[in-house]
Amino acid sequence: MRGLYAIYRKEMTHYFVSPIAYIIACVFLVLSGVFFNSYLVEVIKYADEMMMQGMQMGQMTNFDVPSVMLRVFLGTIGIVILFLTPMLTMGVYSEERKRGTMELLMTSPISDAGIVLGKFLASFTLLVIMLIPTVFYVIYIFAHSTPAAPWRLIAGGYLGVLLLGAMLLALGSFLSSLTENQIISAVLIFGVSLLLWLLDIFAQSGSGSLAQSLQYAAVLQHYGPFTQGIIDTTGLVFFGTWIFFGIFLTMRSVESMRWRRA
Amino acid sequence: MIEVQDLSKSYGEKTAVDRISFSVNKGEILGFLGPNGAGKTTTMRVLTGYLPATGGTAKIAGFDVFDDSMEVRRRIGYLPENPPLYFDMTVTEYLDFVARIKNVPVEKRAQRIEAAMGMTKIAEQRDHLIKRLSRGFKQRVGLAQAIVHDPDVIILDEPTVGLDPKQIIEVRHLIKSLAGNHTIILSTHILPEVSMTCDRVIIINNGKIVAVDTPENLTLQLKGGERIRVEAQAPEQGLRDALQKIPGAQRVSVDSMGSGGRMIAIVEARQGQDLRSQIAAKVVGQGWPLYELRGENLSLEEIFLQLTTEDPAHKKSEESK
Repeated sequence: MRGLYAIYRKEMTHYFVSPIAYIIACVFLVLSGVFFNSYLVEVIKYADEMMMQGMQMGQMTNFDVPSVMLRVFLGTIGIVILFLTPMLTMGVYSEERKRGTMELLMTSPISDAGIVLGKFLASFTLLVIMLIPTVFYVIYIFAHSTPAAPWRLIAGGYLGVLLLGAMLLALGSFLSSLTENQIISAVLIFGVSLLLWLLDIFAQSGSGSLAQSLQYAAVLQHYGPFTQGIIDTTGLVFFGTWIFFGIFLTMRSVESMRWRRA
Repeated sequence: MIEVQDLSKSYGEKTAVDRISFSVNKGEILGFLGPNGAGKTTTMRVLTGYLPATGGTAKIAGFDVFDDSMEVRRRIGYLPENPPLYFDMTVTEYLDFVARIKNVPVEKRAQRIEAAMGMTKIAEQRDHLIKRLSRGFKQRVGLAQAIVHDPDVIILDEPTVGLDPKQIIEVRHLIKSLAGNHTIILSTHILPEVSMTCDRVIIINNGKIVAVDTPENLTLQLKGGERIRVEAQAPEQGLRDALQKIPGAQRVSVDSMGSGGRMIAIVEARQGQDLRSQIAAKVVGQGWPLYELRGENLSLEEIFLQLTTEDPAHKKSEESK
């Protein structure tokens, strides 16, 4: 446990001493701010038009701005995270291997699990820190709508974002542990994440049981319900499995470094 | 403290370490000497538990390096060939991190970090970023890292690489001062280092141990004979004949030094026989001016070469058998 905390602490310092954390968080917040603003303008315009139309026909239409905003905004956040998490994880093991510091960690009295979990939790913490400001955008919308929208939608939506992020981080750290080269690991992480994301599209063009199973593997299939504020158990199991699988593979990969290294 | 039995390590087809056995007593400094690629680093990595052995066993303080890896890791300090440094940390931050992962208790941490910085003389650099330090200071931070948790066994892979001569002397003193309370294994390909710091030397070549002894004994054992160098002004043939007549002289070679008729003669004799007074008497007796007369010792360097250089002719005859 002490080892895990030492690793966690070291990783957090690394993120915040080097400009990595600031640059990634800054880019993320600018992008999410721009998207949020433009979506809000569009959605409100659309809602106004609907109301006008309704009034002309002599009936009242209600348009649920908060939940539409939550859905489109979190959908975009998911894509932005997909692009940014490879930057967080590409160096976690590649750099240690290249610098030779992996040798220090592996000859110190810390378990492989301590190393892997410490690093994973650090990258996850950074993700949470990045996401916190965006929650306030959504809270603002929810608080200003009449009637006030149910808060649990926000909770469900952000649970989805966190699960998606954790999955990408777990997979990313595994891929990073495979190579000493940061560029290779970044490309691998990005390629695999994008593939999982797009599986949905390939699945739609086919039919039969293969297409169905492909669709089950597609991230979008499971992320969608969360953005609508629905906590879907299939999704929980899906993301949970991937996170567990990613961490497990990373531990095996770290362990195997002893055998691979010449 | 350290016991190694029939240890082997191969990478695929290639055997890096081939059934070596040795032991190191508590408080001893053992030197690993060998050319590059001899298997020094591999042996050290197996001892630290970084690499698993392919065969044989290695025990540190009674714990098997593979089966009780955690117990072993608690007791060792290890400086790999390239110091494992985090460049974006300051020296203090780095040593604090290492102390934490080496399980140094909170109340002792600050004191141990100070002690390690003091011993390696890096206290003044404590707040410098490691990436801004010179090669020599980086090496010393690496050394501080290996001793910060006050381990029983210290394993140093080429600890003086990249240091300037003054720093090399300091590091050698440091290593010597650590012995006694700590058991130390160090590897090097710099020969004088071994004779200056180590209690015992293992010469390793092609993954096999070729010699184990104290530096003094190795020199004695392999010296084989005495060599005396004579510099005199004399006719070449005359000098050779005169020297060969001295009882005990086994081989004499004479070379001209060029202009002026000065000659250099090397006289080899059996070990323990000092022919210098007879040679002096002979040369002076002939009326030749004697400029220099000196006994030559085979240096450790020459012994090392003898042991690790394979004689192609010898090898061929072995193969044909």
